Amino acid sequence: MGIEIAIAVLKAVVVILLLLGLAGMLGWVERKGSALIQDRIGANRASVFGFAGAGLVNTLMADPLKFLVKEDLVPAHVDRFLHTLAPCVNLFPVVVAFAAIPFADTVHIAGRAIELQAVSINIGLLYVLAMMSLGVYGVVLAGWASNDRLSLLGGIRGSAQMISYEIGMGLALVSVVMTYGTLDLQGIVRAQGHLIGGWLPAWGVFYQPLACLIFLIAGIAESKRNPFDMPEGESELVSGYFTEYSGIKYLMFFMSDFAEVGLVAGLMTTLFFGGWQVPYLLADGFHLPWGATVALPGLVVTLLQVASVMVKVLFFCWLQILIRWTLPRLRYDQLMAFGWKGLLPLALANVLVTAMVVLAVQG
Amino acid sequence: MQQQYLSILVTFIVTGAVVGLMVSLGRLLGPTRPSAIKGESFECGNPSTGSAWGRFAVKFYLTAILFIVFDVEVVFLYPYAIVFRRLGWFGFVEVLIFASVLLVALLYVWRKGALEWD
Repeated sequence: MGIEIAIAVLKAVVVILLLLGLAGMLGWVERKGSALIQDRIGANRASVFGFAGAGLVNTLMADPLKFLVKEDLVPAHVDRFLHTLAPCVNLFPVVVAFAAIPFADTVHIAGRAIELQAVSINIGLLYVLAMMSLGVYGVVLAGWASNDRLSLLGGIRGSAQMISYEIGMGLALVSVVMTYGTLDLQGIVRAQGHLIGGWLPAWGVFYQPLACLIFLIAGIAESKRNPFDMPEGESELVSGYFTEYSGIKYLMFFMSDFAEVGLVAGLMTTLFFGGWQVPYLLADGFHLPWGATVALPGLVVTLLQVASVMVKVLFFCWLQILIRWTLPRLRYDQLMAFGWKGLLPLALANVLVTAMVVLAVQG
Repeated sequence: MQQQYLSILVTFIVTGAVVGLMVSLGRLLGPTRPSAIKGESFECGNPSTGSAWGRFAVKFYLTAILFIVFDVEVVFLYPYAIVFRRLGWFGFVEVLIFASVLLVALLYVWRKGALEWD
């Protein structure tokens, strides 16, 4: 019993550090990436003895330390408990949902089967959706507890946007569950291991392209990033619902923003792009389609699988940052119209068509 | 089964500890120099009038109610998605009727203008 708790704690700590580190790094990638897109240099002043470490000094030391030692300014006339609780409620569900992403196939160490997944339950997808739904509470709490009309407006708008796109996301994932017949994320990744026609890896995007697109759009809308960041409204509402926050609480809001980018990227790779599946890599090595095999020890296979997850997650994080700095912001009524009148009927139609196709193929 | 939920509990506790640590570190490490001006709400220099906890538009409430209805539909579709291969065409027609009832509801709401955001 004790060893199982120790393993669970170790996995949880590793995943949390991974996600928070990813969130920190994405902050710097966003600044440099936006600078490249906008044809300027970006942040390049932070360095230790002239060594800037390609942004590592900025990411790991300068930015977090700056936020940590700033004054924790709580305006007067606010509900202090709710004001402190809101960033916690915002960050907690995103980190906890990311813990369900599987990083490799089951590893057997000393006769014990260990899943490289901090939360390995057979209802993984439902758990992830439930945790993402809890994120709405953080937004509403932040807007309400700030005792500021503009923050309240930003918080209400943000929560209305989030719940509108949650339906589209839920329906898109229903068709994914129909395709694989299970809610277990590890099972879904395993089911993407075979080859279509002998050469194409059977990734989810080939079975459910429309669901993939709907999920990506709904995911970006959930995390309130451009082109859906009206509630944050950088030029309209100051900072929207987190105007009244400073120091570490502001960092927690930003961290949850980037952590949600990582979460959406992680779910995209797990559900639609094969997760830890490397094309043609089986448990004992590469089995290339033209017949050649490359035998590899189990540890190397596991490391390749973990690397595959990281590469795919980083790609989708980069894609979301690229989308943010390329597309203009949607007006709020356009945003809500798109969610209710566009994504919801489309996702529902996708579910029904998927059911018909699977039943027809199955006979 | 117990082991599965043990991992959830451990993850919750570790995450809660990390989040709590972040907030308390911020409170400990930062200076505390309150002043009257710092305590006001930020409104770009305009003096704020009245309390913010007043009224807001009812269309947000409408959106929330519509969300409840359609989210319950999505929740009902999840068990169907797991067992729909066993239920075959008969089950599919049943779910089609269920989804079409809610689709009619969506169309009604659409035509009535409740999805308009002026």
